[in-house]
Amino acid sequence: MGTKEDDSGGAPSQRDRINHMPGAGTARAEAISAGRHEMLTDTLRKQIKSLAERGLKRPRIGADALCEALLRQGVDVFFGFPGGVLLPLYDVLGDYPELRHILVRHEQGAAHAADGYARACGRVGVCLGTSGPGATNLVTGIGNAMLDSVPMVALTGNVVSSLLGKDAFQEIDITGITLPCTKHNYLVRDPNDIPRVVAEAFHIAATGRPGPVHIDMTKDALMGACTAEHPDTLDLPGFKPNFEGNYRQIKLAAQEIARAERPVILAGHGVLISDAVDEMRELAEKAQIPVAHTLLGVGAIDETHPLSLGWVGMHGWKHVNKAIQSADLLIALGMRFDDRVTGHVPTFAPYARIIHVDIDPAEIGKNVAVEVPIVGDVKRVLTALLPMVPAVEPERRAAYLQELAEWRLESEKTPWHGSGSWRNGQLSADFVVCRIGEASSHDATIVADVGQNQMWTARYAGFRRPNSHISSGGLGTMGFGLPAAMGAAIGRPDKETWAIVGDGGLQMTSQELMTLVQDHIPVKIALLDNHKLGMIRQWQELVYAGNYHSSHLLGPDWVKLAEAYGVAAFRATTPEEVDTAIAAARAVDGPALVHFLIAEEQNIFPMMPAGKGLSDLLEEQFEEPKL
Amino acid sequence: MSATDSTPAGSAPRPAPAHTAPPPRALPGHGESHRHVLVAIVLNKPGVLNRVASLMRARNFNIESLSVSHTDQPEVSRMTITLRGDDVAVEQAAKQLYRLIDVLKVQDVTEDPIVEHEIALIKVRADERNRGEVLTIAEMYKAKVVDLAAESLIVEATGTEPEVDALIALLRGFGIKELVRSGTVVMSRGAGSIEEAVKR
Repeated sequence: MGTKEDDSGGAPSQRDRINHMPGAGTARAEAISAGRHEMLTDTLRKQIKSLAERGLKRPRIGADALCEALLRQGVDVFFGFPGGVLLPLYDVLGDYPELRHILVRHEQGAAHAADGYARACGRVGVCLGTSGPGATNLVTGIGNAMLDSVPMVALTGNVVSSLLGKDAFQEIDITGITLPCTKHNYLVRDPNDIPRVVAEAFHIAATGRPGPVHIDMTKDALMGACTAEHPDTLDLPGFKPNFEGNYRQIKLAAQEIARAERPVILAGHGVLISDAVDEMRELAEKAQIPVAHTLLGVGAIDETHPLSLGWVGMHGWKHVNKAIQSADLLIALGMRFDDRVTGHVPTFAPYARIIHVDIDPAEIGKNVAVEVPIVGDVKRVLTALLPMVPAVEPERRAAYLQELAEWRLESEKTPWHGSGSWRNGQLSADFVVCRIGEASSHDATIVADVGQNQMWTARYAGFRRPNSHISSGGLGTMGFGLPAAMGAAIGRPDKETWAIVGDGGLQMTSQELMTLVQDHIPVKIALLDNHKLGMIRQWQELVYAGNYHSSHLLGPDWVKLAEAYGVAAFRATTPEEVDTAIAAARAVDGPALVHFLIAEEQNIFPMMPAGKGLSDLLEEQFEEPKL
Repeated sequence: MSATDSTPAGSAPRPAPAHTAPPPRALPGHGESHRHVLVAIVLNKPGVLNRVASLMRARNFNIESLSVSHTDQPEVSRMTITLRGDDVAVEQAAKQLYRLIDVLKVQDVTEDPIVEHEIALIKVRADERNRGEVLTIAEMYKAKVVDLAAESLIVEATGTEPEVDALIALLRGFGIKELVRSGTVVMSRGAGSIEEAVKR
């Protein structure tokens, strides 16, 4: 086992905390939040040009109303794939050059791209598919957005309304299919309903706990004449999210925090969604509370912040899980106590009282009973809570924070924790991920696929900026990485975008390489190729006695494949080649792929076996090589 | 769950990590299960019943009965849902229902003073030999005979679920040819109104 310097080739470690300044490196997402609001007001101020103003003499049809409605919502780009019933829309799309349409190669790619776009820039992502197979292909991406609370509007066409229910060509009951995996859905048969439905859909998708809304439009709704104006007000009596937390409950929370000796903040996706990153950091600093985060909460706090603990859960850091298990107070912000976070609930955080802030009342008490439930927007609740919380002198927490620091040291003592460095001269995935983080100055948007690559990304890339980490958490959709990165790159064109994917996931959606080329989307792809379905293989090794069935998979010659698509491609097989390959990919003006041939049997540790608790982590057992 | 069980500030010292094992954290929804009655006021739109039914299935709640009807407001419908579960699980079901955009109000009225009724039509095998016996039983349960044929009659019974259950149990001895139950409908006693709360 070498030292840290040996392993990283003398480069600074990604967890270096020397010369740290609080908050340094946290590129505040002012641009995004400012952009988000300006976008909407700008669009509302800027009158959407009517057909006449565009110099067109044809009558206004449903498809025109749809384009106008999208523009009014501030949509500038959407991802879609045409089909028979969508042709009326594609026929008028050229009259709306402000609406950029990205032609994907598979509708699943459109949904994931809309998802990645929404997560990267905070605006509603839009995807489009035709009736029948086009619509069903969107479903995986819609479900993914549902479980991760991503604002999305999915548009589909359907057969003419007179054929509905007749098993017409490419007809399927798509609203029936998306009903359980959307926040809401609509079937529109009348062109005059389009303006209202689109306005409602965007409001529902982005307000409260975000989620996908599906609008299915029959071909005659898209083709028919439309006279309806766009509504200025919405009538949704059953949709009233509660933003402000209950005052009494917030006061109780402040009392709990004042009395706690071993508090831990658990930051989830909600902290990023509600843009509460600053408020949470202020709370942490004021009351000297260490901050742990969930998989989707990565980026909620700059990982180099002295109070940042790290990632909790099944593949989280051991010291973080230990901190949760010994805490006397958990302040859970915008997270939902997923089973990957809690493990076995009866043994989860056994000494802790829990404050749970979430905007969705149904999340409170769903998986874990809590002492102080607060239903509200994390940002507003924290804004109300902050003045009530007494400031804590660092001395009061010195012993506690010191203990956590010691645990951390122990947890991180192996240079590449969990991988045992690279063995047999092979490349170690965590090293690759770390070098990508370093090369992009921890400022790139990094999109993971699903599986081991996702866990390595969350652990080792080193995130400092909110919304710089995009990962399919709830649904765990393999194939998410590349298309989501496509959307993320369009959502934040000012940031470098990396997709860190495995060879299994990339083979599910590799066709989008062509989209990258056709639409000049500069995504850099880091392919961690172990010729395995790595996470499956790991479970087979550890849980199923090494019965490796169907986890070994062949892949194409990735460099040749990428080049066949017109994507610049590089290969790295040894640690020495890693930095060169990353630099070469970054130098390309456009998409690029780096094929990293990593160790075939590398595991991700620690690992909480299914059904076990946070205290029962499996750790790597390996022989220390003699130096 | 409730906010009231938190101790006031400055009282008992915090439980420090001890070497004795703490009691296991309670799993929500695993308490004692009993019957609950939920009233849901929903928008009168196509597909709402499907949304409610689909949600209850997907969230693993077992509906015992569900009855839907119009209200005095044309844009609003009313559902009465009976289901079994512990208090936390049923509260979770109500919260999940609130997530549906078309649901305006959900109330668990199990513990409230309510009038609770369901109607059952029971086609019983009965001829001139035992018809009198069936009629006596029906009378005892304040049920009406609404159809009479040579070898059968239809009893219309109203009452709470246990009352209707009891009558059915008695009639089973004669042979039940057909049975239909409306599912429970309820209304709170007194001047209060669930629907008024959502009137626009």
